Amino acid sequence: MPDVAIAGFAKAPNVRETAGTTNGVEMLVPIFAEVFEKTGLSKQDIGFWCSGSSDYLAGRAFSFIAAVDAIGAFPPIHESHVEMDAAWALYEAWLKIKMGEVETALVYGFGKSSAGQLRRVLALQLDPYVVTPLWPDSVSIAGIQARMGLEAGLWSEKDLAEVAARGTDKDVSELLDTPYFADPLRRHDIAPITDGAAVVILSTVDRARDIVDRPAVITGIEHRVDSPVLGARDLTRSPSTEIAAAALDLDGADLAELHAPFTHQELILRTALKLGDDVKINPSGGALAANPMFSAGLARIGEAAARIHSGESRKAVAHATSGPVLQQNLVTVLEAR
Amino acid sequence: MTETPLAAPLNVGFDYTRSTGPVLGRFVNALRERRIEGIRGSDGRVHVPPVEHDPGTAEQLSEFVPVAEEGTVVSWSWCPEPLDGQPLSRPFAWALVRLDGADTAMLHAVDAGAPENIHSGQRVRVKWADDTVGHIRDIAYFLPVDAEDTTPTESAPPVAEREEGAPVSVIITPVHLRYQHSASPEESRYLRGLAEGKLIGQRCPACEKVYIPPRGACPTDGVPTTDEVELPDTGIVTTFCIVNVPFLGQRIKPPYVAAYILLDGADIAFLHLVLGCDAQDVKMGMRVRAAWKPREEWWTSLENISHFEPTGEPDAAYETFAHHL
Repeated sequence: MPDVAIAGFAKAPNVRETAGTTNGVEMLVPIFAEVFEKTGLSKQDIGFWCSGSSDYLAGRAFSFIAAVDAIGAFPPIHESHVEMDAAWALYEAWLKIKMGEVETALVYGFGKSSAGQLRRVLALQLDPYVVTPLWPDSVSIAGIQARMGLEAGLWSEKDLAEVAARGTDKDVSELLDTPYFADPLRRHDIAPITDGAAVVILSTVDRARDIVDRPAVITGIEHRVDSPVLGARDLTRSPSTEIAAAALDLDGADLAELHAPFTHQELILRTALKLGDDVKINPSGGALAANPMFSAGLARIGEAAARIHSGESRKAVAHATSGPVLQQNLVTVLEAR
Repeated sequence: MTETPLAAPLNVGFDYTRSTGPVLGRFVNALRERRIEGIRGSDGRVHVPPVEHDPGTAEQLSEFVPVAEEGTVVSWSWCPEPLDGQPLSRPFAWALVRLDGADTAMLHAVDAGAPENIHSGQRVRVKWADDTVGHIRDIAYFLPVDAEDTTPTESAPPVAEREEGAPVSVIITPVHLRYQHSASPEESRYLRGLAEGKLIGQRCPACEKVYIPPRGACPTDGVPTTDEVELPDTGIVTTFCIVNVPFLGQRIKPPYVAAYILLDGADIAFLHLVLGCDAQDVKMGMRVRAAWKPREEWWTSLENISHFEPTGEPDAAYETFAHHL
């Protein structure tokens, strides 16, 4: 089976709100152009296309179909879609290349989180019989998770502020002086609402060497899922991340891009991945800087790959999550080889 | 193209109607009788709400266990501004509550008044809905065990119709979401044109095809359509169907014709009505013209054209539109 590498990455400007449509076309057209220019590829070179997005975010059925225009889907192309973060679309594309069906694949994710009320829309991810009918919002559920760790002594409010402070010009004490948004969470603990999109180009390693000087070779990729029953999980841990990581070789990683939409979730992930203090965490700013739904996880993989392309990293870990409070987790190991 | 795109509220809603099955069915039927039942897992732990299969072994579970309507707060977060549809419209706590006799916790609301009045380890009890119907919302919320209970609950959600006394086998969850929907810049030009009685298409700069409505990206080239093209309100029927079936919300009495109309100069057809002749007389290639509504009824909508009707000109030859089918 051929080895697979990431050969290109581009992302839309992450903004609080765009004037564009929920089908993402306005965000996608420029980043496709950008990634084609960077890689020297054209749409005729792409063997497989795969995307991640959500109808609930868009407020209409089959919303990803309209986005297909942005890739120039006539004459017909080989295309697929996941209703998850596009990191899982990348996994599907990785499989297509591994199986020898195609040599190259383009993966994209997009979402206009600002079109609806994001934390309420996300209640639709929950159990439809006994949880969604209560409309618990994503921030409140994360607050319950954060408090469990606070009261168990696994982290303090100061620890959370330290995670947030990395991406701001404020110091920890200033952050701790701000009021609660949803006790025990303050605004700095919560990822911003962001409209955005990202695109990654994958190819066989041989092909990638023609495209970039230092391809980011995918030396491992695993994903696992935890029970959807929130009250039956130990929310202070991420067993699915732990199990995914255990199947991988993370030794020697110098950089990690972690998809943590809440400060305490970054701490859970660092523990689950057993990342040492010498590993540089989220040089991109992570989801706390910008959290474009359904592309933030793919962007973590793209950001890690870009740092291998540039020579900044030799071995990087990229993590993506989908679903409520870290329910589903995907871990990718990228290496310059 | 610097105009702000058109945007409008989009409210979507439906009643999510689901069959309950034997496990959740038993749970909601007990709730209707103000009892709570959990289920015993393979490891002996009691799950509340009950799960159909053991989360560890995937074994199908069936041993129901009654649990108390009092329990302990495992963790909580404060909800200062409740959202639509949440159990309380005044500030409250979300909590994981482990009922006495259960080993897992259920997510629900606690009416604590202020964050000072709630803590992990706190004892709480169920506040039942005034009318129980067989739904998770029969538990209106939880109250601290020693709190006064004087506030009437909010009304229960709808349930599927069932015979008097019959068990609940279906539950309904109303889902209502509000969005601000934006049209693309290209669509906005088209919709604003319609308000002035103009049919504005746009040409792909790469393949030069003319699209109406114009597109954010040409499906062949993946680039936005740019050059504006004003099209006439005449064209041909490329294909059509005769609607004979009545349906909810239908505005015209069947039979009538829904057709793909290809305007003269356009490269893509759109769906509209063909009226003004017998449905049997509509043919592929038939020449048609827009019948506009009175000007005072125009707005940013293709509804400004009531329908298309035959012009009486000779039909277009099949070869002239075969590549548009």
